[in-house]
Amino acid sequence: MSDLKKQIIVQLNLKDLKPEDIGDDQPLFVEGLGLDSIDALELIVLLQQEYKIKLSNAEDGPKVFQSVRTMAQYIKEHQVQK
Amino acid sequence: MSKQPDRNLSSEKYITANCAIDNGVVYVNGASVFENKTASISEFLDKAYQHFEIGYPKFYKMDNLSKLGVLGTDLLLKNNFNAHNYKPDEIGVVLMNASASLDTDIKYYKTVNDIPSPALFVYTLPNIMIGEICIKNNFKGENAFFVFKSFDGTFMARYVNNLFAENVIQACICGWAELLGENYKVVLYLVEKKQTNQSSLFNEENIKKMYRTNNG
Amino acid sequence: MSASVLIAGVGVISAIGKNVAESLDALESGKAGMGQMHFIDSALSDKLPVAEVNLNNKQLSVLSGLSPQISRTTQLSMIAAKEALADAAIENFDELRTGFISANSVGGMDRTENFFSDFLRDPSKGRLRDVVHHECGSASELVADDLGIRNYVTTISTACSSSANAIFFGARLIKHNMLDLVIAGGTDALTKFTLNGFNTLMILDQEFCKPFDENRKGLNLGEGAGYVVLVSDRILSSLKKDPYCSLSGYYNANDAFHQTASSPGGTGSLMAMRGALAESGLSATDISYINLHGTGTHNNDISEGTAIKELFSSPYPKMSSTKSFTGHTLGASGGIEAVFSVLSIRHGIVYPNLRLTTPMKELPFIPETKFLKNQTINHVLSNSFGFGGNCSSLIFSKL
Repeated sequence: MSDLKKQIIVQLNLKDLKPEDIGDDQPLFVEGLGLDSIDALELIVLLQQEYKIKLSNAEDGPKVFQSVRTMAQYIKEHQVQK
Repeated sequence: MSKQPDRNLSSEKYITANCAIDNGVVYVNGASVFENKTASISEFLDKAYQHFEIGYPKFYKMDNLSKLGVLGTDLLLKNNFNAHNYKPDEIGVVLMNASASLDTDIKYYKTVNDIPSPALFVYTLPNIMIGEICIKNNFKGENAFFVFKSFDGTFMARYVNNLFAENVIQACICGWAELLGENYKVVLYLVEKKQTNQSSLFNEENIKKMYRTNNG
Repeated sequence: MSASVLIAGVGVISAIGKNVAESLDALESGKAGMGQMHFIDSALSDKLPVAEVNLNNKQLSVLSGLSPQISRTTQLSMIAAKEALADAAIENFDELRTGFISANSVGGMDRTENFFSDFLRDPSKGRLRDVVHHECGSASELVADDLGIRNYVTTISTACSSSANAIFFGARLIKHNMLDLVIAGGTDALTKFTLNGFNTLMILDQEFCKPFDENRKGLNLGEGAGYVVLVSDRILSSLKKDPYCSLSGYYNANDAFHQTASSPGGTGSLMAMRGALAESGLSATDISYINLHGTGTHNNDISEGTAIKELFSSPYPKMSSTKSFTGHTLGASGGIEAVFSVLSIRHGIVYPNLRLTTPMKELPFIPETKFLKNQTINHVLSNSFGFGGNCSSLIFSKL
């Protein structure tokens, strides 16, 4: 999950943050990191670019991106085997 | 919320602050407040942001044009403007440039070949810079963005004066905010109906004088 | 400051017709302009319906009189602006102080993006001539020159509210006695740039859009141009025909919420509509028809709907989104919809909001689903809300 946090920081330009600043279960949207809808779309791009996972239904977004842990879990379940 | 035109057309407007960013230097009211002539524009913007402790993490997500606009506005207003004197819908923003959002258009377009970036696409309109300024400062008054080959102080004076005359706004942030690659120039004016010890009349002569003075 | 700003001429081109007459036919017969992409070579052509003008660049150039190498954005602008000026039939045009205020968001992008892909592969390829007119202002200058505009030309670029802003800026110049006649409006052509961008924001519908429907899924992109000829009542005597109506109110405000989404309560929309009403001296009950911004995205329609709910009460004015016909024409939308608003007053008609089957549960009103004739249309409110929180409303009034 530490790697994932680093990727999130880069993808979303969260320059003031370090991976240690993001809790595994901390809510990413609304409270917590306070990310917005454009950030959600960038996370979808991240999934595709780094993990080759295509999230075509934006409505699944809130569940998948709830926290770093839920994201990591989703990636584990859906990552395309190389 | 009826706004009758201000029949007192002689009520003067004043430039109560100005900010310019040009050639690696930031000027506020004519004095240099920050300098870094060796950094690239991206580094320069982030360094200036950190130096002035702006404390607005969304800054890092913006494109260079919006960063310039937000940085410039912040410094223009800091110590010079009391937003509490106005209602949000009384403060207008009128900006112009030559390249619109071309700098980001190019960066965005490069991503189209792979996976188009939503965060970049958002900035492929020059008025998003105004949007960012308004969001950060809670300005809800009229805003406009014009594309001109070069800075037209005459146009700006007339346009902004008309807004005041029609009582559409009571304060205005206006000016030029151009960026393309490593070439940029921002000159912003804060215009209000009150005089201060360092203000000057909002007229073409002063507008042009301030535009030139800061030319590195 | 003088009294009235009148509309003396209108011109429009979009997916539903290359001029006013064809557009009115389509609006009356319910024939929407969406379909499969023909003129853009994109990986998205099979997936996304768009509302293209049904003419290739060569055919457009025959209508515009410009070289076929000139950007589609400019071609569309020329065609609609020429129609508007001809419609106004001003005899002493050359004696007047004239202006052209045009808006667009893509400029010459359609040519540039083709240049760019060639150029990226091989820097010696790509016709440089294609990018000469890329910047937004070029489109306006080419058209202004051709129309013989002498005193004033400028370009506004504020996303989807651009041409509405162009129109009321033109009105201001007339009211302040700086110009006598202004052709104002906007244009935009479809490009891969915008298609990919909107697709990546996930706000495009993969079927034909359903503005203000409970199950709406997004917008369809469109292209086109729309212009009105604004004149001062000072030159009323030089008009050969009766003017269509007046532009009685306008207002612009910033929602200050998000770069691309509207605030849930529709603050910006509410301020724009309220401001336009105050400017015109009208109250909400005076409005006969609202031409909605109505893009079909989840966000816009609930935001705009909420603002209307706040400002108006039962019996609600008739309303509809003509984007259900033309798609979202971005920088041109304010101009195209201004033309439709003016025609609504002239002909006493209300356009249907197509493909609305399930009304939105949060709203106490339903847009019109049928074309209506013989209506008493005294005042029309036209909304245009753009990215960057830029919200504008225009009010047109019967004379």
